[in-house]
Amino acid sequence: MNAMSSPDPDPAVALEMFQRMLLIRRMEERLGEVVTTGELPGPVHLCIGQEAVSVGVCAHLDDADWIASTHRGHGHFLAKGGDPEKMIAEIFGRETGICGGKGGSMHVADFSRGILGANGIVGGGIGIAVGAALAAQLDGQGRVAVAFFGDGGANQGVIMEAINLAAIWKLPLLLVCENNGFSEFSPTSTVTAGEIAKRAEPFGVPGIVVDGNDVLAVWRVAGEAVRRARSGAGPAVIEARTYRWRGHVETEKSFLSGPYREDDEIRQWQARDPLAAMERWLVSAGAMDPSALDRIRATVAATVDSAYTRPLSDAYPAGESAFQHMFA
Amino acid sequence: MKKMRMIQAINEALTEEMARDSRVILFGEDVKISLFGDTRGLADRFGENRVRNTPISETVMTGAAVGAAAAGYRVVCHMMFANFLYTGFDAIANQAAKLRYMTGGQIRLPIVYMAVMGAGRSAGAQHSDVPYPALMNLGGIKVVVPSTPADAKGLLKASIRDDNPVVFLQPARRGGEQGDVPDGDIIVPLGVADIKRAGGDVTVVAIGAMVRTTLRAADQLAKEGVEVEVIDPRTLFPMDTATILASVRKTGRLVVVDEARTTCSAASEIAATVAEQAFDCLEAPILRVTVRDVAMPYSPPLEKLVIPDEQSVVDAVRKTLSTGRRSGTQRVTQ
Repeated sequence: MNAMSSPDPDPAVALEMFQRMLLIRRMEERLGEVVTTGELPGPVHLCIGQEAVSVGVCAHLDDADWIASTHRGHGHFLAKGGDPEKMIAEIFGRETGICGGKGGSMHVADFSRGILGANGIVGGGIGIAVGAALAAQLDGQGRVAVAFFGDGGANQGVIMEAINLAAIWKLPLLLVCENNGFSEFSPTSTVTAGEIAKRAEPFGVPGIVVDGNDVLAVWRVAGEAVRRARSGAGPAVIEARTYRWRGHVETEKSFLSGPYREDDEIRQWQARDPLAAMERWLVSAGAMDPSALDRIRATVAATVDSAYTRPLSDAYPAGESAFQHMFA
Repeated sequence: MKKMRMIQAINEALTEEMARDSRVILFGEDVKISLFGDTRGLADRFGENRVRNTPISETVMTGAAVGAAAAGYRVVCHMMFANFLYTGFDAIANQAAKLRYMTGGQIRLPIVYMAVMGAGRSAGAQHSDVPYPALMNLGGIKVVVPSTPADAKGLLKASIRDDNPVVFLQPARRGGEQGDVPDGDIIVPLGVADIKRAGGDVTVVAIGAMVRTTLRAADQLAKEGVEVEVIDPRTLFPMDTATILASVRKTGRLVVVDEARTTCSAASEIAATVAEQAFDCLEAPILRVTVRDVAMPYSPPLEKLVIPDEQSVVDAVRKTLSTGRRSGTQRVTQ
């Protein structure tokens, strides 16, 4: 797999990726503000700083492909085409939420778009993605499944089981690790031995490290892995190195006994903002002039405003819905 | 009508359902060679795409069942021994049991996790559990336990056709025992109990391998003029409480025979339900005949001591008859 030989994306694709990243950024920023008002029923885990990974991968997928996500799953949901307003309605626990208000932030899912769901169990989506990849293989229509997981999830035993099984069966599966530097509150280096991507090697599976703050690099690497998987050549592991700007969970400072990282470290990574890098590239590549940028910003702002306005007047679910949907 | 062992009935059910619906797939450890014989011949008949040996990787197996079901297949995930459900429990308890609910009913998950359960063969504590109490409490998993070959076939076919996750637990220790299995496409609906023997004196609810034990006890008691009504719930969740309650309203006395450990056993749930809903009909305290709260021992005399046997059922029935109102004898002090 040689990422360097891949061409740049078409301008339309590049613009679309920029817009998706911007949407995720602005949606998450707003959520971070809302948290401080105390209006949210439950905890939220923001993916600010990591947008390039979900967007760079999902740019190669369509609704028929599957993704399984994590507790930090808003970005995956939006990158795969999930509805922003229904996501926010869900996070606010309203009946108009994508899950009828019964899942919340950690369980946003839209099966009609191939989104098998965020997941409250670290590593919980990995086995599900393996099964979706098995279904894709049996269907024989060239679909793929992607499991997003973190560096924390990489330390769950299921990852070894998944790589092994996917390799044996040559499943069309991408195991995409968003290495954001922290396993909850523990720096990755304190809980993770070796390189996560190299865990693929003994199984004969490609394991690729990519700059997770460079959406073009992610897009190239993921593109090659998706083509390979669709052609029947089997799974790949991608370790996208990125950084979690926010805490593990919003409001964590209210209960943590002290800091677990230096502010300077956060600033250094913010200087490597994936969104700003993509913007620079778009302008320098001539894919977009500043006025087009402004139009995208306005569109995204309107989407975000709408997503955070309309659901707030929606009703909470009727009481009887608490007793529905256990069984089909 | 044919006589066959439960394992053959299960093999027939799997074969018929895979032939009937090309979206039924099956995977598990050594399912091709088939340790128990229940999956024997399936790979030859249906191909190695639909019938797959997995590595010994319960965590990913149970999870893959969820993903493949979400993506449109009817999945039979063979877990071999029921204790191994614990090894793969995250995907059962956190994913399969909850995914439909958490996502507002967006998805159907037709999955059968099947396994052999129970003690009696000196398999040791890690191959002898009946794990259904934990499963019954999940709320999103149907739990099926047959006691006869005919029920096994009909219940398994119903489980595969069900659009929900089902754990199908085959009681071990049935050996070569045969039973009549009707010809044709027999379906035993989930959630419907069966009265295995009618009687008017005492209701005994028995589960899985305990049904045979209880029927033998009932034979013995009949010689003493005691008519026991033996009810097999067949599905533990959702439970057919109506059939149990109707029987207790008739007999006024209840014994529950369960191979689970006492605390939070299925017997506990049945006892609580009857105490709540038919207290006025009870002539005597409800009795549970269960495994005391110990792990299953290996040595045959110890194992025999721990598992409820015919005599313990007889003793419990006699005790309930000699206790409480209208007992015919003086109340027995426990």
